Amino acid sequence: MTDTLPFSGLRPAPSSVAPPVPGGLSVTVSGARLTHGGAVLFSDLALTLEAGRITGLLGPSGVGKTTLLRVLAGLADPEPPTRVAAGDGLPLAGRIAYMAQQDLLLPWLSVLDNVLLGDRLRRKKPDAERLERAAALLRRVGLDGRERDRPAALSGGQRQRVALARTLMEDKPLVLMDEPFSALDALTRLRLQETAAETLAGRTVLMVTHDPLEALRIGDRLHVMTGRPATIGPPLEPPGHAPRRVDDPALLALQAELLRRLAG
Amino acid sequence: MSGKLMRGAVTLAVLLGGWQALVWLTGLPRYLLPGPLAVADAMRRQAPLLMQHGATTLMEILLGLVLGVALGSVSALLLARFRTARRWLMPLLVVSQAVPVFALAPLLVLWLGYGMASKIAMAVLVIYFPVTTALFDGLRRTDPGWLDLARTMGATPAATLWTIRLPAALPAFWSGVRVAAAVAPIGAVIGEWVGSSSGLGYLMLHANARMQIDLLFAAVLVLGLFAVALYAAVDALARRALPWQPDTQPADDPVG
Repeated sequence: MTDTLPFSGLRPAPSSVAPPVPGGLSVTVSGARLTHGGAVLFSDLALTLEAGRITGLLGPSGVGKTTLLRVLAGLADPEPPTRVAAGDGLPLAGRIAYMAQQDLLLPWLSVLDNVLLGDRLRRKKPDAERLERAAALLRRVGLDGRERDRPAALSGGQRQRVALARTLMEDKPLVLMDEPFSALDALTRLRLQETAAETLAGRTVLMVTHDPLEALRIGDRLHVMTGRPATIGPPLEPPGHAPRRVDDPALLALQAELLRRLAG
Repeated sequence: MSGKLMRGAVTLAVLLGGWQALVWLTGLPRYLLPGPLAVADAMRRQAPLLMQHGATTLMEILLGLVLGVALGSVSALLLARFRTARRWLMPLLVVSQAVPVFALAPLLVLWLGYGMASKIAMAVLVIYFPVTTALFDGLRRTDPGWLDLARTMGATPAATLWTIRLPAALPAFWSGVRVAAAVAPIGAVIGEWVGSSSGLGYLMLHANARMQIDLLFAAVLVLGLFAVALYAAVDALARRALPWQPDTQPADDPVG
């Protein structure tokens, strides 16, 4: 657990990391069922998100992994008998932060106001503390001094960094990410994976992706979802701490294993 | 910009020259087709009259525009926000457009009198529909990803409407207002033709009946100037209100 690989080979890890949420939240999905146009995509599916860890869910397109994430996010109605339960027995609503493939920044708001969107939508005027936190998060994702810019002035990678800051601003115990970096070019994606792994440490995270390397770099527990009806395989736990080095030979071996599972 | 201005001036000069040439070549009398010089002369001689009637029409257009845009916006917001409003108002809105608005002009004059009110109502009627449909369309086409995000952030439907859907619909709204600005003068003048005692439409009929065709042309010209000025003003306002629109944003795209 503690044998960290401190350098990813791209950028030194910054020393100050935003404090993780105290006490992780575990979440269990069970009996999950999804039908689409009469065909059963999956039934009696189970998935556990361990507290304070990043769970990666891999699978080919159309297998239903995004739908599973949307059920967790409360964006899709669960088909009976799907059950979603949090470890503390309380409902999940209001305790999740969601990050999508698109950055979903509002083009008419400044970068800072985009980070503070949650407050605005909940009709709460951000106080000095919230403003300070938003500015700190923007510094944390490397966008110091861009607070007043409009999203159109940023590159794709910078925009997704703002989206990450907005997700962290929500400060929720469960973070759901739906292919958050798949729209970025390779190098930008690698850099952003590092920032994400560092800033999300300590939170319960579900990340849906179809990039095995991405899952291996960031995820603590990786599940592969394949077949029709789909099944979720046993977790694969890569050694060490996220973000793992791209050129780590162990990672490459595991990548081959993941690809095998994805294919079969 | 100066190139654009020059091209406009050249086009105008060619059109006016052609018009004057047509008058000279055909030898049509002034009471059938006055040349641009005759119209300019009429404009100069009748300037106070044109100003007086123009002021009436301009007032009708502006009040109609403000009222029509306000009514249209409120309707679109109600339609977008409430399912009940959609169910009851949508069919009414569509059917109302099947009735030619101009056919209602005599009725409006009958109900609201010969004064400004009937003309403003007429302008409101022609403006209302383009503004309502443009804004409502914009409100319906919010990026579903934004709506998902708002839901996960615990936003109420009202907060989502004000914070996300309405700003996102503003480009569509402004195209509706542009159309409205273009049709508003038509509404006002039709109202004046049906029954009035002042305004450019009244002046046109009056001049026509007295074979003062140069004055008629002058009135049409003033109306045209109003329409162009109004469109330019609305366009400038729209650009100012939407600085984040892609076409006014510099293509500044550094690679991250």
